Amino acid sequence: MSGAAPARALPGSGDARRHLIVAIVNNRPGVLNRVASLMRARNFNIESLAVSVTERSDTSRMTLTILGDEVHVEQATKQLYKLIDVLKVEDVTDSAIVEHELALIKVRVTSKSRPELVSLAEMHHGRVVDLGDDAAIVEIVGEPGDVDRVVELLREFGIKELVRTGSVVMARGSGSIEEQVKR
Amino acid sequence: MTQTGHVPGAGTSAALATERARKEMLRDARIERRGGPRPRIGADALCEALLLQGSNIIWGYPGGVILPLYDVLVDHPGLRHILVRHEQAAAHAADGFARASGKVGVCLGTSGPGATNLVTGIGTSMLDSVPVVAITGNVPGVLLGKDAFQEIDITGITLPMTKHNYLIRSADEIPHAIAEAFHIARSGRPGPVHVDITKDALMGETTAPHPTQAEVEAGLPGYRPKLDGHARQIKVLADAIAASKRPVILAGHGILISQAERELLELARKAQIPVAWTLLGIGVIDESDPLAYGYMGMHGWKHVNRAIQSADLLIGIGMRYDDRVTGNVRTFAPSATIVHVDIDPAEIGKNVVADIPIVGDAKHVLAALIPLTPSVAPAARADYFAELATWRTASESSAWHGSGGWRDGVLSADFVVERIAEGSQHDANLTADVGQNQMWVARYGGFKRANSHLSSGGLGTMGFALPAAMGAAVAVPEKTSWAIAGDGGFQMTLQELATIVQERIPVKIALMDNKKLGMIRQWQEIVYGGNYHSEQLAGPDYLKLCDAYSLPAWKVSKPEEVDAAVAAALAVDGPALIWFEIAERQNVYPMMPAGKGLSDLIDKWGDDGEDVTEGSSGPRVDPTDPNAPSGATK
Repeated sequence: MSGAAPARALPGSGDARRHLIVAIVNNRPGVLNRVASLMRARNFNIESLAVSVTERSDTSRMTLTILGDEVHVEQATKQLYKLIDVLKVEDVTDSAIVEHELALIKVRVTSKSRPELVSLAEMHHGRVVDLGDDAAIVEIVGEPGDVDRVVELLREFGIKELVRTGSVVMARGSGSIEEQVKR
Repeated sequence: MTQTGHVPGAGTSAALATERARKEMLRDARIERRGGPRPRIGADALCEALLLQGSNIIWGYPGGVILPLYDVLVDHPGLRHILVRHEQAAAHAADGFARASGKVGVCLGTSGPGATNLVTGIGTSMLDSVPVVAITGNVPGVLLGKDAFQEIDITGITLPMTKHNYLIRSADEIPHAIAEAFHIARSGRPGPVHVDITKDALMGETTAPHPTQAEVEAGLPGYRPKLDGHARQIKVLADAIAASKRPVILAGHGILISQAERELLELARKAQIPVAWTLLGIGVIDESDPLAYGYMGMHGWKHVNRAIQSADLLIGIGMRYDDRVTGNVRTFAPSATIVHVDIDPAEIGKNVVADIPIVGDAKHVLAALIPLTPSVAPAARADYFAELATWRTASESSAWHGSGGWRDGVLSADFVVERIAEGSQHDANLTADVGQNQMWVARYGGFKRANSHLSSGGLGTMGFALPAAMGAAVAVPEKTSWAIAGDGGFQMTLQELATIVQERIPVKIALMDNKKLGMIRQWQEIVYGGNYHSEQLAGPDYLKLCDAYSLPAWKVSKPEEVDAAVAAALAVDGPALIWFEIAERQNVYPMMPAGKGLSDLIDKWGDDGEDVTEGSSGPRVDPTDPNAPSGATK
């Protein structure tokens, strides 16, 4: 046997990028812990995670964003599938989707800057949901990139507090991941 | 001062419930037996559920919160509870029971330390896909999270190392949870399932019925193991076999689990493919079969690894291409198309890139593959098999096939293993511990029968041999069960000598005593440049120890004494031990140093014979020499 054979490729040597994973899971105590524990134990890094009940009260929907190459993320979805409480997993990164998140940003205001803040929020489809003497809360809903831009613009006011929900996504068109769940 | 004293949140319903539960913990909880039928409680439902699953052996150890179960065991005479001396042994015994019989093993412990002691055994079963149901008690439900006596978040601990786990807080949930636990443990890729049951759930009255298998499966929409491989992929594999000149089958544990040994042999014969096996795949084929080529991997046979490195088609079935099998993946089987058949989709593409991936049960996939596979006349592969035979002869006749030590009057471990296997007509269950002894058993055990080799492969748990052999002996009483352990692993769980004597479990123990942690010494010699530390291991006088336990025992120091001792131990109606004083410095060869490839096997180190020559103490590599090799290959 010659030593000239090329080295065997290792699994997952592609470029890392952000992936969006949707999982439909049983709505039971401890399921979030199972998912989080699995991701930690298998060395997958969750960038954001949003969880809520679905149209059916016995299932929940999780939206995870993970950074990794194709093979790495495929391994994550396969491992998720092995959890008994996980009913359906889909990597929707390359699908036609609506992806939104909500952010609340508390900024400093003065009587002088207040009108400027209100118009800036409106211009970016946000709104001011709380307005006090020296602080205001701006709510913005949109794609993560849009939220990033508004946050940048608000920095000049001085951000006191910032919270983001993480992305939630839904496929465009008539398809439904919930209807695909076998029961 | 009110009457509620120091109770936090006094007066609230939560505080009252907590108080009641605390009293309950200490109350005399005996079931009233006088006159008439007594109510059915959660503990009864648990016993019924175990019996319904065909499980009549429980390996366990009692404790505070699990006592309600022990209180009703007398009413379920079909269940045999075997009292171990440490919960870790209960978990290993359940594991050994499952490996030897193919049935689900059951172990039991109380809350807190009882539960944490089970953890090593549960992890062992997880890494090796062994079906075990581990049951623990826990404090009453309202006390959960309050750090009550012997309370620990055990479901939080077992979560990442079980296939699934449950925290049961009501008696009504018990029948369904146990049925589901058994189904999950034994189906698909098997594994351990842990069921934690609160004391009030064990004691609560219940009329909950036991579910049917159909009800259990219907209740698990997120769990549908895929058994049949993709038809088109199977055809692709059949075509690849037809085109292959140098195919090798890599047979793993999955073949034993799905009982596909017959199909494996049929495929191998029909297409004339040599079969190599992983550590847990030992027993997939009779090792004396002409198509049985050998044990692969880090301490596998040189000829087998050579065949893998020169193969054009590797057909991995029910194995996971782990690091002990492949070595460096970059240089693994450079010319081969890699086929990976496994029931667990997550295994495929995890460690190596599979060119032909097939998700499915080994038996189903093989059954579908065989009719599509062309018959190959032995003559068509004559050159290939002739080359394989040459390699085999070379590696088996090497002085490093074992050590040759018995010729010099020194007791060599491989010789001992060979004689034990021979003396037991190659029909016994051989349970290995972990370390050098494990590799000697794997290499020299001469296995002919499925499920006759038990070894902690994935987790590599020292102390496994004796308790797991106990499980095997109870599971398959018609076969002899040997525990082959080094003096390191044996001293980790030797408290179970009391169990085998008390319960008359006829385990035959081969203690391979080199007064060392042999594999540690071997690594320190070869990989750490002779910088020895903590490898010397003092032990007791094992004859006196066995005498103290009333266990028949023999001491063997010379090759010519081996056969007689084996025969004597086998003649004992019950457990027995042979203390083999083996060569102190024998290495397991060949060896693939970690990070190296299958072509980088070391097959000796230092001068010939030095490994087994007593008195050649001192490092072979001068530790003060700055040029001393570390991890060097020959």
